[in-house]
Amino acid sequence: MKLRDIAHARTGDKGDTSNIAVIAYDPADWPQLEAQLTEDLVARHFARTGAREVTRYALPQLCALNFVIRGALAGGVTRSLALDAHGKCLGATLLALELPSVD
Amino acid sequence: MTIRIGAGAGFAGDRIEPAIDLAERGDLDFLVFECLAERTIALAQQAKLADPASGYDRMLERRMRAVLAPCRRGGTRIVTNMGAANPRAAAEAVRTIARELGLTDLKVAAVTGDDVLDRVAGLHLIETNCTAGALGDKLVSANAYIGVGAIVGALDAGADVVICGRASDPSLFLAPLVHSFGWAMDDWTRLGRGTLVGHLLECAAQITGGYFADPGHKDVPDLAHVGFPLAEVEADGNAILTKLEGTGGAVTRATCTEQLLYEIHDPSAYIQPDVVADFSHVTFEEIGPDRIAVRGGDGRAPTGKLKVSVGYRDGWIGEGQISYAGPGCIARGRLAIDIVRDRLRARGAEIHEQRGELIGYNSVGSEPDPAIPEPPEIRMRYAARCTSQEVASSIAEEVEGLYLCGPSGGGGATGHVREVVGVASGLIPTDDSMPVYEIFEA
Repeated sequence: MKLRDIAHARTGDKGDTSNIAVIAYDPADWPQLEAQLTEDLVARHFARTGAREVTRYALPQLCALNFVIRGALAGGVTRSLALDAHGKCLGATLLALELPSVD
Repeated sequence: MTIRIGAGAGFAGDRIEPAIDLAERGDLDFLVFECLAERTIALAQQAKLADPASGYDRMLERRMRAVLAPCRRGGTRIVTNMGAANPRAAAEAVRTIARELGLTDLKVAAVTGDDVLDRVAGLHLIETNCTAGALGDKLVSANAYIGVGAIVGALDAGADVVICGRASDPSLFLAPLVHSFGWAMDDWTRLGRGTLVGHLLECAAQITGGYFADPGHKDVPDLAHVGFPLAEVEADGNAILTKLEGTGGAVTRATCTEQLLYEIHDPSAYIQPDVVADFSHVTFEEIGPDRIAVRGGDGRAPTGKLKVSVGYRDGWIGEGQISYAGPGCIARGRLAIDIVRDRLRARGAEIHEQRGELIGYNSVGSEPDPAIPEPPEIRMRYAARCTSQEVASSIAEEVEGLYLCGPSGGGGATGHVREVVGVASGLIPTDDSMPVYEIFEA
């Protein structure tokens, strides 16, 4: 299954740091999301962007994870050569991740 | 007492119609326009250097002409950062519009004191790892993210419109709440909750269904006519988020949760000038159609420092694009990239950073799996950052040159050049900035 099947995402930027909130649609899927969507997995997904460090914050009452990805934006919106200099599209690409299915 | 506060814009280019709707039908106490992105103030400062009467938001006049009269009729007061690098000139412009509209006695306040350019020479900048002074004549602007103090002062003094430059975005919303409820400036819980309301509203439609729709997964009704949000805030700082009946979009737990975390790092420490807000225990409850109760915001004492955003000239970026279609379009696009890189090298162009990519294939996401079928068309894009405008212009020239001297079937070449205004940041003691307000009466 794809991450997109159980979660939605929103991406924001501050300087050279991107943050992506990933939220389970159904609370029943929260344990899987929390267990499987690790800092390492997200760091591997964005390795090509030059991301240096990924920190994850969990908000269980909202079934939400917030990933803070430093160095993902080629220097940030003011000087990046990227077409999507804000990295607004990054969250949507994360939703393409394949998750191992549970049971 | 409940205070009704709405968002009239979430960025400089935002739509105007939803703000007019809120001004006419919202029964609002306050309408807030957040229009100042990080680098915008540096561009505004450059404009002001060329013309001392300019340096404020170019849409200010259009927005104010559209909402001043209905806001006056409804008793709605306006707070905005559209003053950018020149809040006084912006306030004078609004006073002129008010007079033209026959709105006598309108009080327009300008909040200044965020401009700290004259005292940042020794300020260490995190991103560039140098002092602001070391940027020399490249340094354009330095503005502190000020808090609510002078905005509250202006509202206490009866201002109908408050225009500031750089203030923290949530402060534009927190200030009217502090003014209305008389919250103490060490009531961290209420200041944290007011910051939360501000954070949720500051991007306008991003909480009513904008930046959200994903057909089949996240459907949003009538996004074309999306309404802007408003909050009904209680004296304890908890609030209901909603939008006007008859507008498009949706206010749901999902839209609110996405916006809660938008551009937030540690949810338990959202650092603001007047409070460190804590969003880590926030809850959203659907209490009716498009009505969400937000609770659980908190806060603690601020750090005693203000973030300063420094703008500096950082060279030029040149870019060119050209399309290829049909079988082999990927290979022809890649050949075009190699040719442009070779020709720039042969010119001896001084380039700091460059990239070639294929839009529709690998420009945003990762390099696709080679097993995926070739798309029917791609658009080659080449971009480079350079010291001189002349070299930056050569990027577009070399891409255009591909028409006759490049791969088969290149079409629709475009190019452009822009000056880069970089932004770096540092911290100053809060006491180093002394925000004040001044009132202009129509």
